Amino acid sequence: MASLIAILDLKGKPLIQRSYKDDVSPTCIERFLPLILEIEEEGQQVTPCFSSQGINYMHIRHSNLYLLALSKRNTNAAEIIIFLHRLTQVLVEYFKELEEESIRDNFVIIYELMDEMMDFGYPQTTESKILQEYITQESHKLEIQVRPPMAVTNAVSWRTEGIRYRKNEVFLDVIESVNLLVNANGNVVRSEILGAVKMKCYLSGMPELRLGLNDKVMFESTGRTSRGKAIEMEDVKFHQCVRLSRFENDRTISFIPPDGEFELMSYRLSTTVKPLIWVEAAVESHKGSRVEYMVKCKAQFKRRSTANNVEIYVPVPDDADSPKFRASTGSVQYAPDKSAFVWKIKQLGGGREYLMRAHFGLPSVKNEQDVEKRAPISVKFEIPYFTVSGIQVRYLKIVEKSGYQALPWVRYITQNGDDYSLRTALEKGSAPIVPM
Amino acid sequence: MSIRGPRKGENYELSVDLNSEYRDKRKDAIKRVIASMTVGKDVSGLFPDVLKNMQTEDLEQKKLVYLYLMNYAKTQPELVILAVNTFVKDTEDPNPLVRALAIRTMGCLRAEKIIDYLCDPLQRCLKDDNPYVRKTAALCVAKLYDLKPELVIDNGFLEQLHEMVSDSNPMVVANTVAALTDIHNTAIAAQISPSSSDPAIFNITSTILNKLLIALNECSEWGRVAILNALSRYVAQDEKESEHISERVVPQFQHINGSVVLAAMKVVMIHIRGVRREELVKQLIRKMAPPLVTLLSSPPEVQWVALRNINLLLQKRSDLLSNEMRVFFCKYNDPLYVKIEKLDIMVRLASDNNVDALLSELKEYASEVDVDFVRKSIKAIGQTAVKIDAAAERCVNVLLELIDTRVSYVVQEAVVVMKDIFRKYPSTYEGVIPTLCANLEELDEPEAKASLIWIIGEYADKIDNADELLGIFVDTYIEESYQVQLQTLTAVVKLFLKKPDSSQGIVQRVLNTATKDCDSPDVRDRAYIYWRLLSTDPAAAKAVVLAHRPPISIPRTTVSPALLEELLGEISNLASVYHKPPETFIGQGRVSADSVQRKGSDTSDDRFSAQKALQTVVAGQQAENLLDFDDNMTVEGQPSGLAATQVLPSTPAAANLLSGTSTNPLDDLVSIFGGASVSNGMSGNAFGTNGLGGLSSPTTLAPSSGFNNLVASSPAPPQQQQQEDLLGLF
Repeated sequence: MASLIAILDLKGKPLIQRSYKDDVSPTCIERFLPLILEIEEEGQQVTPCFSSQGINYMHIRHSNLYLLALSKRNTNAAEIIIFLHRLTQVLVEYFKELEEESIRDNFVIIYELMDEMMDFGYPQTTESKILQEYITQESHKLEIQVRPPMAVTNAVSWRTEGIRYRKNEVFLDVIESVNLLVNANGNVVRSEILGAVKMKCYLSGMPELRLGLNDKVMFESTGRTSRGKAIEMEDVKFHQCVRLSRFENDRTISFIPPDGEFELMSYRLSTTVKPLIWVEAAVESHKGSRVEYMVKCKAQFKRRSTANNVEIYVPVPDDADSPKFRASTGSVQYAPDKSAFVWKIKQLGGGREYLMRAHFGLPSVKNEQDVEKRAPISVKFEIPYFTVSGIQVRYLKIVEKSGYQALPWVRYITQNGDDYSLRTALEKGSAPIVPM
Repeated sequence: MSIRGPRKGENYELSVDLNSEYRDKRKDAIKRVIASMTVGKDVSGLFPDVLKNMQTEDLEQKKLVYLYLMNYAKTQPELVILAVNTFVKDTEDPNPLVRALAIRTMGCLRAEKIIDYLCDPLQRCLKDDNPYVRKTAALCVAKLYDLKPELVIDNGFLEQLHEMVSDSNPMVVANTVAALTDIHNTAIAAQISPSSSDPAIFNITSTILNKLLIALNECSEWGRVAILNALSRYVAQDEKESEHISERVVPQFQHINGSVVLAAMKVVMIHIRGVRREELVKQLIRKMAPPLVTLLSSPPEVQWVALRNINLLLQKRSDLLSNEMRVFFCKYNDPLYVKIEKLDIMVRLASDNNVDALLSELKEYASEVDVDFVRKSIKAIGQTAVKIDAAAERCVNVLLELIDTRVSYVVQEAVVVMKDIFRKYPSTYEGVIPTLCANLEELDEPEAKASLIWIIGEYADKIDNADELLGIFVDTYIEESYQVQLQTLTAVVKLFLKKPDSSQGIVQRVLNTATKDCDSPDVRDRAYIYWRLLSTDPAAAKAVVLAHRPPISIPRTTVSPALLEELLGEISNLASVYHKPPETFIGQGRVSADSVQRKGSDTSDDRFSAQKALQTVVAGQQAENLLDFDDNMTVEGQPSGLAATQVLPSTPAAANLLSGTSTNPLDDLVSIFGGASVSNGMSGNAFGTNGLGGLSSPTTLAPSSGFNNLVASSPAPPQQQQQEDLLGLF
């Protein structure tokens, strides 16, 4: 429950605000930034929630904005923080980008959205697809007045009735993001696969869908033996359209899908993954004048797969200058804003191995006290037609009372997660380079 | 009527445009008015002009006018009355969107005048055919109760809400539950002693329970949160019902919205108390782990809320995530507040099996750039050493490697941590001492200095040049901080007791300086005690200063058991995020003595409640709370009279002790008699004059038992024991 929600710029000035309850005065917003500065000055951490003089401040950051919620009660913090993220998401979907400029240009519609998404401090409808049906940027003409879509209060709150398509199609994208951390000895310290099944649904009427996966738990509970590999998902999360109690009972994934694009489910596996793309760097620094890097990268997956748009970020000292690169494939750029250089390889075939060298100058004056910041090497990539976990869509059954035939299309892709990092940039000779 | 501004300027132009004969021009003017309002300009003077534009078919324009009204109704109560007619008409509009909008806005106007006109339309909207209007009206009842509770009760709106719990539409049910809960909370906050007969109290019966369980599976994500919150208040009749609720709620763990997951955890944590079937409890706990881990893939702010809650859950169920330590490893780009929470949880999950991975990770963190994080990582290494005996040696080796880096703050923190390790494993790692002493010159922080001095004093008999090393600090005695002064004093006395022949001179010197030139009464007092002890009864001095110290350990919980139970019932709420009971941060920011006492009387164990009260104080860290706490202590009939007054000034010290002015609980348990030194030094004079002052003279022995009682009620047993020993000596 929130008494007031505001969007502030980085100076703490409110750009737009909406009060939902009278118990918190809007003047408290002005105290927000001074409080943050005070906490920082005391050498403490500014946490997403804190309280001062009986007011609880809950906030998130989005690019150059603070989204702030205030409350006097022992509020559900998880609910409010997630609501603020959802508000951000909705505004981004409305205006493409959420920043000072877009808020100033669209304040009317933001007020409307804030009015609709929360009432008396309680979150209401936050599905942007549904909101877009009755809160639009064009003003409404007198004759055709919008009505609240059935979906707002329907038991099936995510789909409107009476949708028609000439061709009924469903596209399934299975996307697996790999997060992993390799330590200086070349061992995988932590790895996880975050999977998501995204759907694009162009189906008429109110179709009932059932999705079958090679889910180990389901095979075991039904006593069926699978042909091929079954996977064990550790935690599965579903879009609100999926009947949770049914999944709990017999692992059936059954649902009436929203129209258009949405994420049906996400899952997590924490099995150890071999690094799909291995990178290591030997660093040779010459007493404060220059530094040299030799970077080796290897695609450690089957030859028939190819990784696309590979980007390897190797960190360098903040003050490195005059870069020189030589690579056996791809192109290299210096990204001073990231304190790194980027080695881009458009296509990296399975089993291939490449080398590159980099040379930087360093300012000769150096503060001895400075601790060298050691960011890990990070990698971005995409491998189509391939999943690390081996997940497979066995079937997607579509039943609608009009009895039409619909075709499901499935695509698989594996990519880097938000944390694919290797601490393998080592001072030459200081540590073992792992044999490949 | 409002006073008209001059016939020029922005507001005048707006006023002209608002009265324009062209619709587009008027609408544009309204937008400009709202824009001015948004940037904080006062446009309340345009109230009558804006009001004229309220009656329109254009929904967007209507919304804008409503928005304007919401903002300025309070400042122009007289004029709002003019809007009533349109509002009431709008609640009968054929378009449900308009009906809902009108009823929603009327509830937000908060002007006395208009409220009386709200009841009839509200009555109608609660029975509307359209669920969208009903769900909006349900919340409007809560708004009305907030303004004028009598009106809600007189009009029978509460009865109506109770009927609406059985509404066919799950969204309406959810909002009704939210409204009833809101009214319930408002009523409780307003009353001193809530009676169950108050109609505003929302008692969840078993009939309501069943309806909620059904609606739970059908309604939107936020509705689920509201319903789960209500379920957490339900008191199960028997074991079967507890099991039933838990089993029905578990599927919600699979929901994509993290607040639904956490709310479901809260319900399960509450109702699991009534479940006695071991295997079901195990099964429920097992099902909690994967969704908790998944929450760590959320945005950082959500992660942080989850981590704070996971921390509490682990204090109750240490086995919950025993195999999952790796997921808490810090990512390079995690914000600092996330990293610090993760560190704490990693130490909690440390065990023989995973300690190697943990240590290599912590060592990595210790080489990062952020000083705060580096220090906390080194602290974590120390805590791991204290927690896992088998890993202590590996921890010490890592610390030695870190000291080798010669980065000032790394070395200092490592020294502080080493002291804790010596406390836990006395006489085990003496080989390290030369390395530590070699870095003596580098230390400039009082805590690090004090730690090293403590180590030197403790092992004075094994360090050949101990007198030389301590001499360095004696030379600069007056310039040192109190903390270091106290520690030096104790260490030198230890040295003297261990090697009386060679250190006669230095002890004399330090006692002289401490008693004559020191401006801290704390230091002077302690010096006098030592002096008297040494001169009257060296054997007693030995027994006191060189007494055996109970080994330290990592506390399994950071809050008292009673508070932990309370906070587990608050999972996902601010209380469990702050790890503080709600009374400490809501209301006027102060806890009334009454409420603390009432809480105390709920728990049968007096000491328990005192402990909780103390925790409250610590948590609140507010001066007001400290005072209330004192009231409470006297009421509880522990010490009275003189003793009670003794308790008062020593409270801040105890609070300091508990809150751990530093986050490391070990610090506070450092060396004892001398001891209390570290924490004492920080807490200032109060403790010294009353606590130690009392001890120095046998005649005041009785009052100082007040102090002793206080310590007894705090969760710091080693100290307590030591103090008792001390008293026994006199």
